[in-house]
Amino acid sequence: MDWMAWTVPTAIFFAVIATLLITFTVLAIKFPETPRTGILRIETTRGDRLFITLLGSAFINLAWLGLVGASQPYALILCLIYAAAVFRWV
Amino acid sequence: MEKTVNQKAWFLVLPVLLLVAFSAVIPLMTVVNYSVQDTFGNNQFFWAGLEWFREMLSSERMWDALGRQLMFSGIILAIEVPLGIFVALNMPKSGFWASFCLVLMSLPLLIPWNVVGTIWQIFGRVDIGLLGYTLDKLGINYNYTQDTIAAWVTIVVMDVWHWTSLVALLAYAGLKSIPDAYYQAAKIDQASRWKVFRFIELPKMMGVLMIAILLRFMDSFMIYTEPFVVTGGGPGNATTLLSIDLVKMALGQFDLGPAAAFSIMYFLVILLISWVFYTVMTNLDKREG
Repeated sequence: MDWMAWTVPTAIFFAVIATLLITFTVLAIKFPETPRTGILRIETTRGDRLFITLLGSAFINLAWLGLVGASQPYALILCLIYAAAVFRWV
Repeated sequence: MEKTVNQKAWFLVLPVLLLVAFSAVIPLMTVVNYSVQDTFGNNQFFWAGLEWFREMLSSERMWDALGRQLMFSGIILAIEVPLGIFVALNMPKSGFWASFCLVLMSLPLLIPWNVVGTIWQIFGRVDIGLLGYTLDKLGINYNYTQDTIAAWVTIVVMDVWHWTSLVALLAYAGLKSIPDAYYQAAKIDQASRWKVFRFIELPKMMGVLMIAILLRFMDSFMIYTEPFVVTGGGPGNATTLLSIDLVKMALGQFDLGPAAAFSIMYFLVILLISWVFYTVMTNLDKREG
């Protein structure tokens, strides 16, 4: 695994994503759901909303880094607000 | 939709997932690891944090390449889509010539990318290429290795030659699915040719056209081989599109960190577009179905 050049922060990053994926997989099996149509006017399941959240968060972080450039952790707070909004309205 | 979604079928793709893990997921994770570190080779890495992302976001080079990339995709879409529709409208609807046209149109699609590049590289040469030689003899200053406009015209025309058939074939499939009754009704109403196109053919083709546009956008956004073979990104940086620039950075300069940060941002853009592509297609299917 040396060639993969692991670091603690990236390992945590992937662990969080893996945990999220496993959690949502278990949720999807234990509690099957009906897709719903939100403000994007597309049908979404929990998994879709997770994907939209993760992808959007990546762009939020990049935008924060490019526009604000300092105190990156605050971007995560913005991501959490975004996540809540996606799970509530999309 | 009242039916609940059973996601268990996803377990059937587990074997594929394992394969993809080795061919894509693990390499991608490595790229993420590289993007936050610096290396001088010898497999020794030093923590760099978000430095490479910051550098790439403020790098003129990357924004320029992105600008060129968007311009390239915009130009080829603006040419290929109307041209493809035009070709499809004028293709014979049945009989020997219909099959003949279909086979003829599929030919460019079957040629490997690097061969297409080589064909046009030679075709455009002023000394031995038919196109370059003819243009030169006609007194037109055409040299894709030195002139920016000539280089752009060459790669755009090459892409149009290679991929318009795809748009045309998709549009043709859309046209073929329109029942005759629509045309008969239009004839009774004495609709003009334009109105038949605007109110019958275009709406009926919308689904396949959407697929064609998104496919062409995605493909042209990731294009590497053809322009690399023809111009190598030159003259200067004039045709250095995103993936050409990325390869230059990663393999030419061996700047693994910045190249990794660049790759991740490039990947995110592609992922976003793919998601839009997937969503639009599945929603069109549902609306039609």
